[in-house]
Amino acid sequence: MSDPIVHARDLRKRYGNREVVSGVDLDVRAGELFALLGPNGAGKTTIVEILTGFRCRSGGDVRVLGADPQTAGTVWRERVGVVLQESQPDPGLSVRECLSLYAGYYRAPRRPAEIAELVGLADSLEAGTGQLSGGQRRRLDIGLALIGRPELLFLDEPTTGFDPKARREAWDMIDGLRRLGTTIVLTTHAMDEAERLADRIAVIVDGAVVAQGTPATIGGRDHHAHEITFTLPTGRRVSMRSAQPLADVRALADWALGRGIDLPDLEVRRPALEDVYLALAGSPTTTDSQEA
Amino acid sequence: MFHGSTSILIIVAVVAARFGLGRGIKAVRRPRRRTAPDDPTASGPRRRGATGLVLHQARYDLRTLARNAQARTATIMLPLLLLVLFLGMWGSDRVAGAAASTYYVPGLVALSVIASSFTNLVVSIVTQRESGVLKRRRSTPVPAWVLIGGRALTAMAVSLSVSTGLVAIGWIGFGVSLPAEAIPAVVLAAVAGSLCFCVLAYAVATLIGSAEAAQPTVQAVMLPLYLGSGIFIPNASLPSWLRQLASVFPVERLADALHRPYASAAPGLQVAWTDLAVMAVWAAAGLAVALRRFSWLPGAGRTA
Repeated sequence: MSDPIVHARDLRKRYGNREVVSGVDLDVRAGELFALLGPNGAGKTTIVEILTGFRCRSGGDVRVLGADPQTAGTVWRERVGVVLQESQPDPGLSVRECLSLYAGYYRAPRRPAEIAELVGLADSLEAGTGQLSGGQRRRLDIGLALIGRPELLFLDEPTTGFDPKARREAWDMIDGLRRLGTTIVLTTHAMDEAERLADRIAVIVDGAVVAQGTPATIGGRDHHAHEITFTLPTGRRVSMRSAQPLADVRALADWALGRGIDLPDLEVRRPALEDVYLALAGSPTTTDSQEA
Repeated sequence: MFHGSTSILIIVAVVAARFGLGRGIKAVRRPRRRTAPDDPTASGPRRRGATGLVLHQARYDLRTLARNAQARTATIMLPLLLLVLFLGMWGSDRVAGAAASTYYVPGLVALSVIASSFTNLVVSIVTQRESGVLKRRRSTPVPAWVLIGGRALTAMAVSLSVSTGLVAIGWIGFGVSLPAEAIPAVVLAAVAGSLCFCVLAYAVATLIGSAEAAQPTVQAVMLPLYLGSGIFIPNASLPSWLRQLASVFPVERLADALHRPYASAAPGLQVAWTDLAVMAVWAAAGLAVALRRFSWLPGAGRTA
């Protein structure tokens, strides 16, 4: 068992007397896709900026690829790829030139054509960055982060602002990156994205981890009460919570059949990740502040 | 005089077609060699050396600049156009016993140095910082000094190329000659000025919070300095209090350091050491500000 790729204990970040990250513990293992899920302003980007060495932490212990990102040098940067939440492409260059420029920063980069293939820009290699669509620009961002063959890739909100089609394509592409064996840390405020892509999820609310687990188990999702709903012949809609849905449905069926009642719209629903997440993230009264 | 300016207009048009208008439409060219940029691993798993990295960066920064219409206009077209206009219209006027052309040529060399090494550089730094380009580059193993060195080298290369063009056009087209032994002084002043203004650009960029504000802010500061420093108006015709005020600033010092070799009838090197010293002081102050305040992250200048 190797050491975790990302290891954080009691990570804290204060701005003045406002604590935006308050005691976060994280362990990201080699080869997994780990999602930091949380509403805007929860501190996800701040955590990523600390893990990538762009910001200094106020407290706690952090190791990324065995080094402290705050003091890690060039050799460490060779091993880490970063896709920022908001970054425009390098102006005035073609896709190929952008990739060649960044390739020149590394010791053993991938070839630009190989990267273009990987992120689905093979047909746009000669296009100017100004001509790219939002989805293509994101692909280029990811390509630039992958050109140095990173062991660890940070993706900060990779699909924010995408239409559903571009989003799905981006998901397929990110999913495909697992083949490279790259460990990926992804931040997102979209639970469907975390559910679709992540091996493990940490839900961040107000700078703290409120739940951690796989998409199937997070927040006790696998133990949570199932919801059984049906409509009585009188027209009354009934919704009940059940900890043992199979036994309860059987009892319900016996009861209904004994009275000759049919329950045509009977439905048994596992709590969606969305329900778990919304319960964890709290009511939407949290301030709509910009993510720092 | 008239035929001189006509021929120069043709030269400017040719230069414009070469650098400017021709690239305006199709912003991105196919690279000339297909294989080499595609295969940076050919040289083995060692990263480029320091010089190689700076040149690598400068190569792409130069392309970025050359494909930006606004940057081309401000750094290349405008100084050339102003030179032809000023020399054509007022070059033979007498100012304080000397031809006005001996003010305009060095004045516009100073303008071109400042346009590339300061004005355009500030705008470029702020724009790339605010759009996250600098932050993304800093997330790679490339050292900070490579990014700064490559961009400054680009600014200096454009400064000195355009300056050379201005001197040549003044000399050949309008007979504004420069004694051979005074050439080193002009070169030294242009190189020193370019360096000084590059440093100041990195300092001033820390004070500007948005890409939109960069251009107007810099112009608002620079225009009065241009007017008071003998760039547009020969400063021999300005009131002395204004000249003294202007001489505090590096714009006037650069213009003066370039002007002396042109104005002097006496033989000699004509290096304006005092001017260079004042520029060095400004550069040192700029370096102190840049080292203290410079940030690669968006939003960095907003607190100022």
